Amino acid sequence: MNEEMQAAELAVSKAKPVAPAAAAAKLQTHPAVSDEQLVYAQVLDMGVKIGFLVLVASFVPYLLGVLTPHIPVADLPRYWSLPVHDYLAATGMQAGWGWIHMLGKGDVLNFVGIAFLSGVSIVCYAVVAPMFFRNGDKIYGWLAVVEVLVLVLAASGLLKGGGH
Amino acid sequence: MSRTTAVAVSSASLVLIVLLVAGVTHASGDPSAASAVAEVSRGSAMPWWAWPAILFVVTFLLGIAAVLGGVGGGVLFVPIVGGFFPFHIDFVRGAGLLVALAGALAAGPGLLKKGMADLRLAIPVALIASASAIVGAMLGLALPTNVIQTALGATILGIVAIMLMAKKSEYPHVGKADDLSTALRISGIYHEASTGQNVDWKIHRTPQGLATFVVIGVMAGMFGLGAGWANVPVLNLMMGVPLKVSVGTSKFLLSITDTSAAWIYVNNGAVLPMLVAPSVIGIMLGSIVGVRILARAKPAAIRQVVVGLLLFAGMRALLKGTGIWN
Repeated sequence: MNEEMQAAELAVSKAKPVAPAAAAAKLQTHPAVSDEQLVYAQVLDMGVKIGFLVLVASFVPYLLGVLTPHIPVADLPRYWSLPVHDYLAATGMQAGWGWIHMLGKGDVLNFVGIAFLSGVSIVCYAVVAPMFFRNGDKIYGWLAVVEVLVLVLAASGLLKGGGH
Repeated sequence: MSRTTAVAVSSASLVLIVLLVAGVTHASGDPSAASAVAEVSRGSAMPWWAWPAILFVVTFLLGIAAVLGGVGGGVLFVPIVGGFFPFHIDFVRGAGLLVALAGALAAGPGLLKKGMADLRLAIPVALIASASAIVGAMLGLALPTNVIQTALGATILGIVAIMLMAKKSEYPHVGKADDLSTALRISGIYHEASTGQNVDWKIHRTPQGLATFVVIGVMAGMFGLGAGWANVPVLNLMMGVPLKVSVGTSKFLLSITDTSAAWIYVNNGAVLPMLVAPSVIGIMLGSIVGVRILARAKPAAIRQVVVGLLLFAGMRALLKGTGIWN
């Protein structure tokens, strides 16, 4: 424990701001925040706010019955205890991106908010990847590109989990 | 808790419950659904809207407990909702992932701006964890329900053991950064607000840490638990990241790991909006209240309650999976 404390004190004594001057000026109390990190945070912040708004905005009409749902709410207890494979077969709900063709249904409309929240990180990565390349940080640029590809693959609907 | 926050949270809770009741009226007014309204859930005497309403109240309380107990919402949500609600574990895991994702997304911007989460550390870790989470999610949806329940129960009991035994190190000693972290330039400085000092840090055992995130990613995707319970010990104790940066980066990591797994659940149909929306809203409102009362609470006592809850829920999942207690 003493060794840890000494190491911590040493670390504290050696600390010095390393962020670019502009970023450091913007955030004097957070000296290590890079431009890429700040931009990622800003895009994420905006995306999350929009996503939550969309989620709530689509759930309220669903509860109020403004749009007829694909599965009547009163029938839900018949289906929510089924394995997903049986649920899809029983309800005719489409897996993958099939829901996009059913947006007129109150329950399906909720997938817009869910997809938005599930997609915001992809946008964040897509925004910071070019920043890494511009700053000569090719390794992180490529890591960000590969992450975008991984998340897009997951979102594509090409990967199926099978049924049980 | 400030009066304004209390009023806001109470109003939001009231509005949601009113909307659920309004939903009943809507369902009752629909001739095709009129007879179904009287229909009860399988194995229960309750009408359809009761379970989402209870789910909202329970997730609200879980949101408070998660903050006070220092755990993620997902790790409480999946075993408790999976064990005591009528929803199939497929939908519970899908909702659990979205609950954990929503919490991580909401916390991410603040953590990144304050330097409490480190993007440079997170990017390689997230790449490995998110790719592994896809595999975990696909496995989870392919395995038989009883196998998933049993494995979930065993995992929850393992998490309880980790919570009870794992030590934490505020500032782990890292003698020399390893070659991989040096090549990736993973190091940083964060501002410790309590002392007003800047603390610089570097990491070691990067290859071992990254390899461990393969397992963490698979488990996160398979069980929909989130993975803060595993992220923090690995980042802090194995890789030598200061505790606060470990906690912040772990929370931020979930926003990427759970994104990939969540897409697999969404695309395989394992997401029910009637479960997801009340859960996400409930746990987020509960988290707001939890943060407000954190200053006056006794964390050690609350943590014991959370451990007790997890122990009970883990045993329930294990017994459900083995068919002893259905």
